[in-house]
Amino acid sequence: MTVSRRTGVLAKKMGMMRVFAEDGAHVPVTVLSLEGCQVTGQRTAERDGYTAVQLGAGRAKAKNTPKPQRGQFAKANVEAKSRVVEFRVAEDMLLPVGAEITADHFVPGQKIDVTGTTVGKGFAGAMKRWNFGGLRASHGVSVSHRSHGSTGQRQDPGKVFKNKKMAGHLGVERVTTQNLEVVRVDAERGLILVRGAVPGSDDGWVEVRDAVKVARPDGAAVPAAFRAAGAAQTETAE
Amino acid sequence: MNIIEQLSREETARVTEGKRIPLFQPGDTLRVNVRIKDGERERVQAYEGVCIARSGGGLNESFTVRKISFGEGVERVFPLYSPVLASIEVVRRGKARRAKLYYLRDRRGKSARIAERAASRAEQEEASEVAAERAAAKAAKAAD
Repeated sequence: MTVSRRTGVLAKKMGMMRVFAEDGAHVPVTVLSLEGCQVTGQRTAERDGYTAVQLGAGRAKAKNTPKPQRGQFAKANVEAKSRVVEFRVAEDMLLPVGAEITADHFVPGQKIDVTGTTVGKGFAGAMKRWNFGGLRASHGVSVSHRSHGSTGQRQDPGKVFKNKKMAGHLGVERVTTQNLEVVRVDAERGLILVRGAVPGSDDGWVEVRDAVKVARPDGAAVPAAFRAAGAAQTETAE
Repeated sequence: MNIIEQLSREETARVTEGKRIPLFQPGDTLRVNVRIKDGERERVQAYEGVCIARSGGGLNESFTVRKISFGEGVERVFPLYSPVLASIEVVRRGKARRAKLYYLRDRRGKSARIAERAASRAEQEEASEVAAERAAAKAAKAAD
């Protein structure tokens, strides 16, 4: 059985805190905030060869937005967004342009996948980057306690194989954490509390989707929980 | 205000609803009533000892209570806002000149005593508030 795919949302990672469960257990949560997450465009099979919604979120100054993009936002009749992404969706899950997605798009208890850009660690050794064990503290090891050790065999093959795990740049990488649980949702303030850690630094943008490996719960809004374009505009006009 | 801070305050308010956390400091003797799940039944067990440290802030605050149980020192750390705590009572106020009384771990008996301290103004106010609340509750009960 294939369920038709809903859109995800573009959210900002605010930071982590804890909440208490009824039995006294501490639940570590990451707070994600939806900041004007609006549909800025549609991609249709006949025009683009695939189906997707384009979402924008955050605020950008008009003077700092490239002119072509300003045109796109003007056409969609939305304010300039600081971040724009596309989510592939099923054809019956397309959303009208200008719709603002709300936090109750996800329901508590639901499993989600969160994609973000991890915190940069710079040039890292094999122990930090690949969880190597390093060399011994004593027994004749000198200077190279944190080295990776051997990188291959002898004259045959006479080379280091490609993809050998070695020191190098770590972090600043697109990573998806799967099957995180939604603990609470606050539609008024646009907040989603997710159990556990989410890739990226605070104030970074993350993409939140229904989990691919767990079926979407029945309570989730289809095709999405959103305010229509008109409603969103009256709100921004205030 | 920063949204995390605000959410933490709301969570604190949610957890402490209908519950009063008294003012207390290191050196005070506390009776901590802990909810314990005993199979199906839930009961409250008291843990009484000296508060030797408070640490952390806001929602993340916790405190350490030390007691001597059957000749063996026992320390328990409680999160201040844990729903597991039914209530906290201050049994005796103690005078301590430092924030962490870890030196009590090396002491026994006479040398581990703590001098009694008079209640501060805030604590007196709190005590009178509690008394007023109790009296009001009693009056309400009598009216029924």
